[in-house]
Amino acid sequence: MRTSGRPAVTRLVPVLPFLWLGAFFLLPVLITLKISLSAAATAQPPYLPVLDWSAGPEGWGTFLEELDFANFETLANDALYRDAALSSLSLAAIATAFLLVVGTPIAYAMARAPARVQPLLVALVIVPFWTSFLIRIYAWIAILKPEGLLSAGLMRLGLIDRPLELLNTQAAVLIGLTYAYLPFMVLPLYAVFARLDPRLRDAAADLGASPTRVFWSVTLPLAGPGLMAGALLCFVPMVGEFIIPDLLGGSDTLMLGRVLWSEFFSNRDWPLASAVAILLLILVVGPLVLFREAETRRTEAAR
Amino acid sequence: MSVLNRVALGLGLTFLYAPILVLAVYSFNASALVTVWGGFSTRWYAILFADRPLIDAALVSLRVAAASALVATILGGLAALALDRAGRFAGRSLFTGLVYAPMVMPEVITGLSLLLLFVGIGLDRGIVTLVIAHATLGLGFVAVLVGARLKGLDLALELAAADLGAGPLRVYATITLPLIAPALAAGFLLAFTLSLDDLVIASFVSGPGATTLPMRLYSQVRLGVNPEINAASTLLVAGVTVIVLGATWLTGRNAAKAGPTYGA
Amino acid sequence: MSTALLSLAHVTKAFGADMALDDVSLDLAAGEFFCLLGPSGCGKSTLLRLIAGFEAPTSGTLHLAGEDMAARPPHRRPVNMMFQSYALFPHMDVAANVGYGLKGLGRAGIAARVDELLRLVRLDGFGRRRPDTLSGGQRQRVALARALAREPKILLLDEPLGALDRTLRDETQGELRALQKRLGTTFIVVTHDPGEAMALADRIGVMDRGRLVQVGDAATLYERPATRFVAGLLGDVNLIAGQVADRTGDIARVETGLGSLHAGVQPDAPGAGAAVVVALRPERIVLGPADTATDAEPNALAGHVTEITYLGDRIRHRVRMADGSEIRATVAAGGQAPAFAPGDAVALGFPPGAATLLPA
Repeated sequence: MRTSGRPAVTRLVPVLPFLWLGAFFLLPVLITLKISLSAAATAQPPYLPVLDWSAGPEGWGTFLEELDFANFETLANDALYRDAALSSLSLAAIATAFLLVVGTPIAYAMARAPARVQPLLVALVIVPFWTSFLIRIYAWIAILKPEGLLSAGLMRLGLIDRPLELLNTQAAVLIGLTYAYLPFMVLPLYAVFARLDPRLRDAAADLGASPTRVFWSVTLPLAGPGLMAGALLCFVPMVGEFIIPDLLGGSDTLMLGRVLWSEFFSNRDWPLASAVAILLLILVVGPLVLFREAETRRTEAAR
Repeated sequence: MSVLNRVALGLGLTFLYAPILVLAVYSFNASALVTVWGGFSTRWYAILFADRPLIDAALVSLRVAAASALVATILGGLAALALDRAGRFAGRSLFTGLVYAPMVMPEVITGLSLLLLFVGIGLDRGIVTLVIAHATLGLGFVAVLVGARLKGLDLALELAAADLGAGPLRVYATITLPLIAPALAAGFLLAFTLSLDDLVIASFVSGPGATTLPMRLYSQVRLGVNPEINAASTLLVAGVTVIVLGATWLTGRNAAKAGPTYGA
Repeated sequence: MSTALLSLAHVTKAFGADMALDDVSLDLAAGEFFCLLGPSGCGKSTLLRLIAGFEAPTSGTLHLAGEDMAARPPHRRPVNMMFQSYALFPHMDVAANVGYGLKGLGRAGIAARVDELLRLVRLDGFGRRRPDTLSGGQRQRVALARALAREPKILLLDEPLGALDRTLRDETQGELRALQKRLGTTFIVVTHDPGEAMALADRIGVMDRGRLVQVGDAATLYERPATRFVAGLLGDVNLIAGQVADRTGDIARVETGLGSLHAGVQPDAPGAGAAVVVALRPERIVLGPADTATDAEPNALAGHVTEITYLGDRIRHRVRMADGSEIRATVAAGGQAPAFAPGDAVALGFPPGAATLLPA
């Protein structure tokens, strides 16, 4: 219920952020779509055709005729891009599964910790989340490289007799993804677990359910939307991840984010980079919509 | 707390912190080799403080972070108010999507598309474009934090103020704003650190003369492990830890003050 | 109409397809203590919010001191509200809360007025305290002082005692009533508790599904309810369905499953042939041993006791009647053990004036 006397000012509140997001988020994506349909050129800007607004309707018509799908044909026909798309999706999916397995017990344990220490635990999870992403990935180089700490430690313990070849492999990328995105998974999950009515668990236990059954039959189903939101919050950016495959992956670890980067910075093929961006966008748009719905359901459940 | 839960927490926190601690410890290593402990030394910090390009990059980063966090806080706060208060308006669904999307959008897409916009409209790449890009990124996070706070506010507080004779502006200034202030502060800090942290978007939209700290670090990290970077990282992590713990303390105090609604 | 302080005429409020208020008309005199009583969802809170200005009526008018309030936003109405949750501003101390609505008095003037109000609610010296350091009863009194600060023409109180525990509530009822008499301010209280309404108000308005079904003092509502809903809301009542056979003066004879019953009626009551319900309070029934029944009582009935419940101040009997229906009858306990045991045959009687005829 709202007051009857809301001033007209409140109706103007959305205008400023709306204009900003339209200009600096929506419009850029549309421009990217347009450039993905252009051809590369050695010019400034390095693509053709360039839309000249002053050319009038006739000029715009010519502009439209010159647009083509050549970049997308390249993406479809070249195995490099197909493989990159597939490995982006599969690495992100596997890492999401890892995150669920690793993150759920941590989040659950946080929610069951004494109320006094919970804010501290949350802060402890947030600190790495706010700490430079680049640095946290960089730290793993020192751990994973053949003469690094992990191999040295395991060799000293006598568990292995030769240094591990972990750095520059897909395994290293998966470790990096799981590590870097763990706080993104734990925090929403913790929020869900912490909000669950403890009386529901008590009621289930009172009716004879073992702690294991309580978890699987009551806690987890109620946490469903939160799990979904957490998983998608991690999955979507991981599909387009650049830093992790670049620093921890080998030259054979192709992910779309990295392909886009090299098309843009190394090959200076802006239209092809744009086409990769659009492909990436198409891959994540489904999960993005799902994420919004999970979020809406989650916040509505919280009301 | 059960043993199982303790183990889960212990392992989880170890996993999160071990790599960072390794960095911190080896930043005091006299030896330049990662696996060899050459005794305690602060030489890498001395080298770090003499690294003029790195310090310049850090200053650029701080300026961009402060400016973009300010813009993100204002716009994000307005967006949260709009989503919570403005009821139905034309394009509401699109607006909601636009607020949330930049948070999860792969950074390479955001970076590339913003660059294409800046080139398209002929805006020279540099500090300004960095601020615009980072403000867009931070806006959504501020909106989410402020939105959660607004949702938790007892609507009766604002009605009570109106009932006691306060016009809409006075209600906003004396009731709404003070009560969402902690969320705005937290949002500012988050937007600030996001900006400070960003490599990918900055790489696209920054131009010559506007190299940020992550860009500078990245160019060195690509060459391999380097004790000077360890030292820089340790300082960054320490700074962030202080900010987060401070913010936790602050919001904890404010949450106690703002409290849940009394009675019913 | 012109003498009324508050005058609502045919006020209707719809939320989509829901009728929260349905053609409500009500006049209130200055200095009255009025209570809106009804179950949750009956529209009483909506009516209160409408008077405060937080809602606009879908149709109908609202006049305060002769002035149409339609275009007046809440902050320009000479009406203040004490909220159910109290809505104390958590970031301000007690003095700032109480003084929030005061204007044009200067710093010292406001401080003096705040002190005066805190004395009024017996919270002297609490000015610097934060709301979250106060007990429930203290918060309630801060909210009261804050709402009285601007000397409103009408004070609206939404479930003012709802958050207090039992003993505190009884005590506060008395204080609230005394305060209202002393200040002479018109109070409108919303409550779902009939006991509270009867203890507080000069007049009570009973609401049922958006309609104001009856307005009157506590005795009228209890003894002469207008509908079965009002009768049941204010206390336990036996409802016996029947048909009016004839009327002699102010007494009607009603044919029911229990035989002919005589009940007192108002002049405007339904005539012969009308389907009615005889409403009879359990404590108005005279209960005696089976052999004491006399034909002299116009309403003499017989039955068997099925259950006896000792309630401290009274004893409730459930009596199975000849037609299988059940009548509840209570007698004052008076320190005696119950006179009957389950299975006993008993005689029941009541004077015609104890029963009321209600539309079926």
